[in-house]
Amino acid sequence: MAARTQRAGALIRLIRNVPFQNERMFSTFSVQLQAAGSSHEPPKFTPPAKPVIVDKSRPEEAVRRFVSPEFIPPRQRTNPLKFFLERKDMIQRRKVLNIPEFYVGSILSVTMSDPHAANNTNRFVGICIQRSGKGLGATFILRNIIDGQGVEICYELYNPRMKSIEVLKLEKRLDDNLMYLRDALPEYSTFAFDMKPVHLSPTQEVPVNELKVKMKPRPWSKRWERPKFNIQGIRFDLCLTPEQMEHAQKWAEPWRQYDMLKEYDTSSLEEKIYQEVQAELRK
Amino acid sequence: MAFSSMALPKILSTTHYRFFSVSTVVAALQKLTRVRVVDNSSLGNTPYHRSPRVIHVYTKNGVGKVGDTVLLAIKGQKKKALIVGHKMPGPRMSPRFDSNNVVLIEENGNPTGTRIKAPIPTHLRKLEGDYSKLLAIAQRFV
Repeated sequence: MAARTQRAGALIRLIRNVPFQNERMFSTFSVQLQAAGSSHEPPKFTPPAKPVIVDKSRPEEAVRRFVSPEFIPPRQRTNPLKFFLERKDMIQRRKVLNIPEFYVGSILSVTMSDPHAANNTNRFVGICIQRSGKGLGATFILRNIIDGQGVEICYELYNPRMKSIEVLKLEKRLDDNLMYLRDALPEYSTFAFDMKPVHLSPTQEVPVNELKVKMKPRPWSKRWERPKFNIQGIRFDLCLTPEQMEHAQKWAEPWRQYDMLKEYDTSSLEEKIYQEVQAELRK
Repeated sequence: MAFSSMALPKILSTTHYRFFSVSTVVAALQKLTRVRVVDNSSLGNTPYHRSPRVIHVYTKNGVGKVGDTVLLAIKGQKKKALIVGHKMPGPRMSPRFDSNNVVLIEENGNPTGTRIKAPIPTHLRKLEGDYSKLLAIAQRFV
């Protein structure tokens, strides 16, 4: 075999050196094919390596940094040791269960173990309308409309019954709390259970869905037009008159934003916790 | 859906529309709570000027949660029903519904209808022994 290839190689070299009259039409490549074909073993096709396109004109983007909000301790006098210990437990749980990055307004699919359901698992798909709780007791609420019936499930992130959390669509909405979807038209909280996950690259910024919802006729469960809620995602112009909107401003408390005792800057704390969590997760 | 979009401007234009809430507070079922019948029985689905109401709850504290039996006043009759979902949030990891749902049952626990239209919480399956016929006609569990 080796001798044969050597001979074939010598032949190619010979042919290359021989000047042909129609040199332009003749390429050594065809000879190579002939040489390989003569050995009765078709050459194994190896696909060329896929070219990696690197756009060097754009600066290299860093992967999104995200600290889950339940890691940030509430502003209170409780001994910080309590939150430190809880963080350790949360990281231990995160090593087993993948808790992805998600926000209020993202569409999630959650599988939990349920002794009463068929094959012991229960899957639910819905939009996250609220995230609350700190530490190990952190919860989030998923909402969906199934067969015309609005259903909400409040999940505990670190509950041992949790089996998997999958983000089907990662996005934010105009508000940090979407409880008003209970009073909105049903199409805004209807999601198919067989929804395909939408991929978002880890370097990309999380998109904000600037959807404004139409509401059912009043009365609503809360007076969403009041400045206390500061709702951006409702089409108030369709259901309230300008006079009513102005009347709602009677409950505005514009002095609150100057209350220095209410200030809670978590940026440095967030950075510290991010480093701590990353170091622990790498261990 | 099409009906409601058609009826919506009509309702808004009439002066009879109430801008105050007449629904009960978001609590578990008690006496005089209005409920939604989610099975396909003719008694629960024929329109009547007075919505079905709870007139008795068969629990010791008078508060009805999922799995409790209630007595309804429906179309001028008395009828027993099983609560299969309520507005008040229950324990974590269990569903909360946008309406107070009941399924009509006979005295012996058999369902009156032959189909349940709304999703049913899975933890109702704990009552498998008493209400197995009711759970068998459920279309969907959440």
